[in-house]
Amino acid sequence: MSNSGSNRAMRTGIGAALAALFLLIAGFLGWQYSVRGTDQLLTAALKLGTDFTLVDHDGNPITQEAFAGRPTMVFFGFTHCPEVCPTTLYEMAGWLETLGEEGRDLQAFFISVDPERDTPEIMKAYAEAMTDRVTGITGDPDEIEKVIAAWHVYAAKIPTGDGDYTMDHTASVFLIDENGAFKGTIAYGENREMAIAKLKRLAG
Amino acid sequence: MKRFATVLSAAILGLSSAVASAHDYKLGALEIEHPFARATPPNAPVSGGYMTIHNSGEEADRLISGEASFADRLEIHEMKMEGDVMKMRQLTDGLEIPAGGEVELKPGGYHIMFIGIDSQFKDGESRSATLTFEKAGSIEVEFKIQDMRAMHGHGKKHGDEAMEHGEMDHSKMDHGKMKQDH
Repeated sequence: MSNSGSNRAMRTGIGAALAALFLLIAGFLGWQYSVRGTDQLLTAALKLGTDFTLVDHDGNPITQEAFAGRPTMVFFGFTHCPEVCPTTLYEMAGWLETLGEEGRDLQAFFISVDPERDTPEIMKAYAEAMTDRVTGITGDPDEIEKVIAAWHVYAAKIPTGDGDYTMDHTASVFLIDENGAFKGTIAYGENREMAIAKLKRLAG
Repeated sequence: MKRFATVLSAAILGLSSAVASAHDYKLGALEIEHPFARATPPNAPVSGGYMTIHNSGEEADRLISGEASFADRLEIHEMKMEGDVMKMRQLTDGLEIPAGGEVELKPGGYHIMFIGIDSQFKDGESRSATLTFEKAGSIEVEFKIQDMRAMHGHGKKHGDEAMEHGEMDHSKMDHGKMKQDH
């Protein structure tokens, strides 16, 4: 038991380390982007994500195509999340409100890392309680897993009492330009002015 | 001098008990300050509960469980940010309240998880729940429901007071995070 257990623990550890390394690089690029605006060389070649077929919170099919053509924010979370997810969705709503006209092209998605519990109906009520600008995405767990891996997102099921579970997950908002190129992240709890500056550059 | 100190401490005591009477509970050596919970989006199955627990006693105590009629169950959790990853852990052995010390349950740190809530938590409402401590026993407290949007200055319904309070929580959250990580 301990052998396979420790293997699994080690794999989880390595996965977490890789995700952390990726985010360190992502954070650096995002910082470069926000302070210098000379990100072209650094991020032009960095594309995140993969083709997928999932459902949006209205129950309509949605694919990677949805991210193309417009500057996009992507956040991974789940609705059994008491703090980080509602806070982040509120913040996304607040940023968009602050940007007003300047941010009208920006689109925002909330991808569930817990598709087994997050149905489109649940995602819709959850997202729409905060803003009409964020679209929830959920669907087939295998497909979600593929997306999570392709975005280098860390997500892990953590058992709690009574056979229930919670999720550890990457809590940053990913920024993608209209060509699908990765433009950095906004960290959880990041300074509001910094977040707005990044979004202005993304939308501009 | 001694008299001045007495007057001063009496004044402070008076002040703190005035604050305390607002929304504060005593249970043996424990004092539970302002239990509050996060307002939830519709359909959200969970919410977080927060408060500060002081222990003026000479022995450590431990918050070990809780229950409420409005939730399937209550758990004691710790949230941490590790890099960009949000991690949440159930504290199965409970949460120690050190002798002569205090523990703050707050956004970004320790909290009560209300799991399987039977209705949406709306700003201005309250919910009562029973908290159980290893030594001091059980007590029923009211959790005031607060709209946490104000936390990041995005509150629309709230006045400045709520915003200010929220901003303060947020900065404390960052400090708490630093302390936990090191």
